[in-house]
Amino acid sequence: MHIPEGYLSPQTWGASYAVMVPIWIIAGRKLRTSLDAKRVPLLAIGAAFSFVIMMFNIPIPGGSTGHATGAALIAILLGPWAAVLAISVVLVVQALLFGDGGITAIGANCFNMAVVMPFVSYGVYRLVAGRSGATSRRRILAAGIAAYVGLNAAAITTAVMFGIQPLIAHGPDGRPLYAPFPLKLAVPVMAAEHLLLFGFVEAVVTAVALSYLARTEPELMLAPKPAAQGASG
Amino acid sequence: MNMRRLWVILVVFAVLAPLGLWVPARLGAGDAWGEWSPDDLGEQVGFVPRGLARIADLWKAPAPDYAPPGWEGKSLAQQSAAYIVSALLGLCITAALIYALGRWLARRGNAHAP
Repeated sequence: MHIPEGYLSPQTWGASYAVMVPIWIIAGRKLRTSLDAKRVPLLAIGAAFSFVIMMFNIPIPGGSTGHATGAALIAILLGPWAAVLAISVVLVVQALLFGDGGITAIGANCFNMAVVMPFVSYGVYRLVAGRSGATSRRRILAAGIAAYVGLNAAAITTAVMFGIQPLIAHGPDGRPLYAPFPLKLAVPVMAAEHLLLFGFVEAVVTAVALSYLARTEPELMLAPKPAAQGASG
Repeated sequence: MNMRRLWVILVVFAVLAPLGLWVPARLGAGDAWGEWSPDDLGEQVGFVPRGLARIADLWKAPAPDYAPPGWEGKSLAQQSAAYIVSALLGLCITAALIYALGRWLARRGNAHAP
C-alpha cells in the first residue's frame, strides 16, 4: 500500500501534501491537550510495532504481497489522532531510510494509512464495542472487525489514487505519464486482495495484540479514552 | 506497565522479520500491487510511463528495500541478515522520533502531567 515514487502525478501528490499539513497540525494540537506524558512510551512502542509488523510481507501465492499496519491497534489504544502522528512517522522513516514508498508520495501514503485507516477503524471499533466492558470479548471482536474495515478503506483510497492517474495525465501519444492502470482495474484488484486476505491478517494481528494487552496490561484498557478527556485538563 | 516485556516482544519480531522475505519467495509472490520497480512495470504494460521514469530515482534511500544499496543479488541469508538489522534500526529510530515528539507535545500542553 506504499505508493512508490513516480506513480502519482504532481497534482495528486501535491494535493495530498496540502491536505496532510493541516491534519498534522490538528493532530499536534489535539495531542498537546489530550496526550498524557505517561502514555508517550506506549505511543513509541505502538509506532515501533507498526514499523516492524509492516515488514512481514504476506504472500498471495504466485501473486503479490501485502502486510498488516498496526494502525487500528494504535487508534484503539491511544486514539485516532495519536495514530495519525505515529503512523506518519513510521511512513516517513520507511520512505527516507528504506525507500519504501516515495518521498513525493509521503502525503498520499499518510492520508491512506495514517488518516483513513485509523479513523475508520476507530469509528467502527466504537460502534461495535458500544458500552461493553473494558476487557470484554466483544471489544476484541470489535477491534478485529475495525481493523478489517479500516485496512480495506485504506486500500480503496490507495487504489483510487492509482486509478485516477491515467485520467489526470497522459502524454501527446495518449500514454499515461504516471500509474498506468485505470480505476476499473486498480480498485477491484486492490479491493479483492484486501477483502479476501490482508484484511483478515490485520484483523487477527489487531485482535491478538489487543487480547494480549488486555490480559497482561489491563490498565491500558481501562484508561480514559482521549476523546472523553477534554474537559479534565 | 511492563515496557521491557513489550520491547522484548518487538525485538523477537525483528529477528523473525525475514519470514516476510522467505514465505513470499517460497510461494512465488512478488511486490505488493502497484509497488513495482519502473523496469518491472515496463515489462507488465509494455512501456515505462515517462513521468514516472523521470522522478523514480528522485531519492536515493541509504538502505533501499531494507538492505545496503546494491544487495539485490545477494543470497537470501545475507538479505535476511540485512532485514533484521534494518528492522532493529527502524524500531529504534521510529520509537525515538515518536518518543521525542510525544514528550514535546505532552510537555507543551499538559498542566496535569505528573
